[in-house]
Amino acid sequence: MVELARRIDLRPHRTYAGVSLPVILGLFAACVFLAGGCLSSGIFAQQTVAGLAQGAVYASLALALVLIYRATEVINFAQGEMAMASVYIAYQLIQWGFSYWEAFVVTLAVAFVLGVVIQVAVIRPVQHTSVIAVVIVTVGLFILIDGLVNWKWGGAIRFMPAPFGQKVYHAGGVAFARQDLGTMAVTVVSVVLLWFLFQFTKLGLGMRAAALRPAAATLVGVRVEVMLAIGWGLAAVLGAVAGLMAEPAQFVLQPTLMQSVLLYAFAAAVLGGLESPAGAVVGGLALGVFLNLVGQYVHFITSELRQPFAFAVLLAVLLVKPTGLFGRSRVRKV
Amino acid sequence: MAPLLELHGVTARYGQVHALHGVSLTVDEGQVVAVLGANGAGKTTTLRAVSGTVRRDGEIRFDGRPLGRHGPETVARLGIAHVPEGRGTFAELTVWDNLRLGGYTRRTSLKDDFARVLEYFPWLEERRSQQAGTLSGGEQQMLALARAFMQRPRLLLLDEPSLGLAPLLVTEVFRIVKELNETTGLTVLVVEQNAHIALQAAQTAYVLEVGRVALSGPSAELREHESVRRSYLGY
Repeated sequence: MVELARRIDLRPHRTYAGVSLPVILGLFAACVFLAGGCLSSGIFAQQTVAGLAQGAVYASLALALVLIYRATEVINFAQGEMAMASVYIAYQLIQWGFSYWEAFVVTLAVAFVLGVVIQVAVIRPVQHTSVIAVVIVTVGLFILIDGLVNWKWGGAIRFMPAPFGQKVYHAGGVAFARQDLGTMAVTVVSVVLLWFLFQFTKLGLGMRAAALRPAAATLVGVRVEVMLAIGWGLAAVLGAVAGLMAEPAQFVLQPTLMQSVLLYAFAAAVLGGLESPAGAVVGGLALGVFLNLVGQYVHFITSELRQPFAFAVLLAVLLVKPTGLFGRSRVRKV
Repeated sequence: MAPLLELHGVTARYGQVHALHGVSLTVDEGQVVAVLGANGAGKTTTLRAVSGTVRRDGEIRFDGRPLGRHGPETVARLGIAHVPEGRGTFAELTVWDNLRLGGYTRRTSLKDDFARVLEYFPWLEERRSQQAGTLSGGEQQMLALARAFMQRPRLLLLDEPSLGLAPLLVTEVFRIVKELNETTGLTVLVVEQNAHIALQAAQTAYVLEVGRVALSGPSAELREHESVRRSYLGY
């Protein structure tokens, strides 16, 4: 019966309404509020920009989660650890004499290959058995990758060069870190490239078809398994970008690098609706700014409370609007 | 001349449930062949056996070569377009993206194919950027046909094109299928519950009963056949 279930597309049909009007109005109001705040207070502006930079990191990792969720229908719990391992690969390349940006590019290529290999080697064999089996495999991957990195590079703290330097720009009494601006730029470029790939290339079309309706996609000759593997590869690349951009903010490199980021990315992806790439980006940025501003202005929320607070956001979204900001409610057509 | 498609003793099953118990049929190039039968007779499974979307055994030859163990992606690339029950349109994608997917396996530009498709479905032009899911049922069936046509198939497998369509639209769908067959020589194997219209469109027909071919012959003869008349045509 597994074969039958696999061949027949059992997934519920989706409705086609886009983003709802209240959500658009809410986002618009939030933007107006942020712009107003930035104009009236230097500290507010500073925190907003720093929040956007952190949010960009969450957004990249959240986007990786969404890519995999759309293709394989599971949350990849190993996404953060895959990203962390990529950062160690970059670290190793730099140790071998590569410049930062050379290492950056090579790391992305290696991450792509590793993502594909993971899908082919451990996800594909269990993909058609059950969702829970795939989830358990991703949890296993989490432990495996964490163990391997600790074994190879030890738990010791390591340092990487700062990709954008420590320069700080001043504009109208407000200080902007070059690091923050660089992080945002890198994220914007990768998101735009990804969007272009999905929207305008044949490969992207095949990937969308394979993720939406695998059974129908095979009938027009799309090699669905290949598309899923490429999807995992791209998600790993996005994760690597997130990892490399998260690292400078933490000043040191250790194997726990992405564990908190993964939690924020979960929250961001759920906030955006889990199936919506645009939602993941908006969710990530919103969460980054929100947490930063709350940390600045709500005094009892100290840095210790930042993670629980993100988790509270996640819970609130699941309770109040489980489809998130950009998600579509699933309607089963009979 | 060897037939374009040849099934010999084909069996198929879903898990433990056998759906086909040795179906044999032939489709000559340039023909429209209909497969009739009641619910659960194995009509859909016959098409799925050809396109490789069900586990099958027995001999299936396309253009003289065995389709054997080919999966659906490879079968599609060999020149067989399968429009499944429920049409298999990508409701979330635009009309244009659906058509692009039809030409997915080819490297050449899709412009000429699109121009050819527009001759049969001129309304597609203005709906290009519309989401396919917002089309009406009849339009979606037309889009599925258009997408299959973009594949430049040598053989079109058509599963229950009349399903859920108003009678007038059913007539329209079959008119276009017949036109494609006559003007381009497209070979069609169509599964249909509406025996009346299927027998009008097809030159040859097969009647399936519980996973076996019960009757076959030229449509004109089957139309006059006592049991076909009583069971499927209702007079």
